[in-house]
Amino acid sequence: MRTARKHILALLAAGALAAGLAGCAAGTPGAAGTASNSNSSAGASETRTLSGAITVYAAASLKSTFTKLASDFEAKNPGTKITLNFAGSSDLVTQITQGAPADVFASADTKNMAKLTDAELIDGAPANFATNVLEIAVPPSNPASISSFADLAKPGVKVVVCAPQVPCGAAAETVEKATGTTLAPVSEESSVTDVLGKVTSGEADAGLVYVTDVKNAGDKVEGIPFAESDQAVNTYPIATVGTSKNKELAAAFIAAVTGSEGKTVLSDAGFGTP
Amino acid sequence: MTFQLDATLAARGFEVSLSLGPAETIAILGPNGAGKSTLLSIISGLLRPDAGKATIGEKVLFDLSADTNIWRAPHTRGTALLAQEALLFPHLSALDNVAFGPRSAGASSAAARETAMHWLSEVDADSLASRRPGQLSGGQAQRVAVARALAADPDLLLLDEPMAALDIHAAPLLRRLLKRVLAGRRAIIITHDILDALMLADRVIVLEDGRITEQGPTREVLEKPRSRFAAGLAGLNLVAGTVSDAGVTTAQGMVVAGHQDESVEPGQDGVAVFPPSAVSVFLTEEHGSPRNSFRVIITDLEPHGDQIRVRAGRLSADITPAASADLGLVPGMSVYFVIKAAAIAIYPA
Amino acid sequence: MHRRSGTGYTGIPAWIYAIAAAGALFVLLPLVAMVARVNWSEFIPLITSESSLTALGLSLRTSAASTASCIVLGVPLALILARSPFPGQRLLRAFVLLPLVLPPVVGGIALLYTFGRQGLLGKSLELAGIQIAFSTTAVVLAQTYVALPFLVVSLEGALRTAGNKYEAVAATLGARPGTVLRRVTIPLVLPGLASGAVLSFARSLGEFGATLTFAGSLQGVTRTLPLEIYLQRETDADAAVALSLLLVAVAVAVVGLSYRRPRLGVAPEGALR
Repeated sequence: MRTARKHILALLAAGALAAGLAGCAAGTPGAAGTASNSNSSAGASETRTLSGAITVYAAASLKSTFTKLASDFEAKNPGTKITLNFAGSSDLVTQITQGAPADVFASADTKNMAKLTDAELIDGAPANFATNVLEIAVPPSNPASISSFADLAKPGVKVVVCAPQVPCGAAAETVEKATGTTLAPVSEESSVTDVLGKVTSGEADAGLVYVTDVKNAGDKVEGIPFAESDQAVNTYPIATVGTSKNKELAAAFIAAVTGSEGKTVLSDAGFGTP
Repeated sequence: MTFQLDATLAARGFEVSLSLGPAETIAILGPNGAGKSTLLSIISGLLRPDAGKATIGEKVLFDLSADTNIWRAPHTRGTALLAQEALLFPHLSALDNVAFGPRSAGASSAAARETAMHWLSEVDADSLASRRPGQLSGGQAQRVAVARALAADPDLLLLDEPMAALDIHAAPLLRRLLKRVLAGRRAIIITHDILDALMLADRVIVLEDGRITEQGPTREVLEKPRSRFAAGLAGLNLVAGTVSDAGVTTAQGMVVAGHQDESVEPGQDGVAVFPPSAVSVFLTEEHGSPRNSFRVIITDLEPHGDQIRVRAGRLSADITPAASADLGLVPGMSVYFVIKAAAIAIYPA
Repeated sequence: MHRRSGTGYTGIPAWIYAIAAAGALFVLLPLVAMVARVNWSEFIPLITSESSLTALGLSLRTSAASTASCIVLGVPLALILARSPFPGQRLLRAFVLLPLVLPPVVGGIALLYTFGRQGLLGKSLELAGIQIAFSTTAVVLAQTYVALPFLVVSLEGALRTAGNKYEAVAATLGARPGTVLRRVTIPLVLPGLASGAVLSFARSLGEFGATLTFAGSLQGVTRTLPLEIYLQRETDADAAVALSLLLVAVAVAVVGLSYRRPRLGVAPEGALR
């Protein structure tokens, strides 16, 4: 009898723990976004005071730029709150399709945005706000003496790229085709962060990442631009999600991104203009 | 080639010295916790004593004196152990169990099996060869275990209460078997059963609290025990004290008069031994026989064969059931135990 | 509730069954949901595509290799943890069990710092011409690291339960320690060893985080089935679900067919022992 009771208590504790964890997991990005805002349309005064909270789902490569833009926005518009969720673009698409509470979506390529527009989950038309091209990243000592894209195909060079299924990998494939150089990578990662990681740790001799990633990594990597990179340009679109509960604030944030403040921050980080 | 052992193990209060001839079997008797199993563990190499030495002829089993440190691993000692539980390897057949010793010694599979069959027939278990231990009864398993121990061709066979787990039918069979196979072998057998000692052992050693309290040829120890435990085993009353002309005087001042052995001298430590059947029980002090009349309090009454055994502390008296009923004996009663001097033997302790 | 005739007394209160049913449902429903999502018309082509079969083959090969490594390393570890007390034994046990609580990604990072090109051992290995990074060997290392505790725990339990009295008897019969291990110890804990091996195999099959971080992802070399699923879900959700179902089926087959509750090697006598 005692052992049966012990087992029950253990089961209940596990159940409570699971429920608590589920609550916690659901807590962060969604909760702030779903906080309904009753005074969003209050007051038809000329200078509209923005307020409320929105959640922005943005591609991982936009992390540092969007974090800055969000905090600048919040400073300019007190009473607003921007919650950011960074992940791979296709992961974000999956989440939004499954009903995740996003207000704004910024993708690393047009293909992923198209998935949402095709599913009629986007309000209005997406706006292109930035472009990104590939750059070769090597460890600071450049052990394999890479100086051009063709060098990546030298025998014995350990080059890491993104898998073709992700935007940066598709771009790499395009460049390969355009230059006529076929690469034999030792690994095809699912995210550009993993590619960069393999380079910074010294495991790889070189990796194909975005220009912005090289800039962001500072002196952990050395960047080697190559001419053929403009053969594969990734265009970043941004749009309001149809299920957003605060479309006014969402549109305002998008305006900030596409406007002059956004342009400055983005180009400082290495993004190009569309 | 004598087996010689000295060993001490302070943690268990153990200190033993003994020796054994080439074809001798000795029985170790003693109460629980006396150190009997400790003794076998030390000999077989499963337990390390603080100090001591053991040899079989020239072969040193261990030598842990001040400046030497020799310790033979159990598998090189040539001492085979047989315990209460047969401990046959569950995943091997009876035949493969018995063949285990020869195989470990390097014999080929075929030769080992042959030896195994030989020993299985020695213990009358050849029909059990292909059976698994799970399919054997307790008695059968012990027989196979004996064969297994013998097949390993040990210099010294150690048996730890081999009959203890067997039922009333299987024990005599195993006893007869052991009598046959132990003849001509060096063996030490731990037992609680006086029959084992009588049938199987040439000599008997009594171990109490980690020390030897009595040893000698079996018949002698059991007919003339000098230790309380041996006396209990032999079913005799024993009173220890100092010898004088009057008899044996205990520390409490009780005087037991009896037939004194020639070897006894006054002032010596001695024991007075008498069987319960020689004790008469009276309710009042008898006037005619002032000697060997002791007032005792009854602690237990129990059937003993066709008699009633009246226990009073350490002494016992056997009387007929009719006599017990006539006297109206109950535990707690105060009675007199009277013993004829002629029935009491006094000899040195 | 009707009990079958011949069943003994279980001592389980009726309401336990309700909670157990809820627990079973909790485990089974996600699988049902996944099965419901499968695009059955495309199922066979999806799981027999070149990348899928390559990933499956790689997974099975590497899991088998890592299970073998777990046995080679795990048996001695289990033996000394179960049978041979020494100072620091508890600490060693805690470290051996560490991969159970460590997030696999952390395990992968640690392996990288050890065997990577710049790693503790990796540097010397690189000089010797042995390159572990990005190789199938790295996959096997990652899987072994996370799966080893399962084998050690399972086997240590079986060894403790079995006790060492048979080994003592074997020694007194003249068997050298090596013979004792081979003919007595291992055969007696074979069921525990087998279930530990099956658990290790299953854990290796599902290993993801450490493999991704340490070995990378390349078809045929390091992209095991879990990594293939992770990649496919970027573009082809149908393929990802189909492959997930394949992985589940393989795991259920392996574990369901071969995992037996570790029996004791000895049948104790008596009704209650």
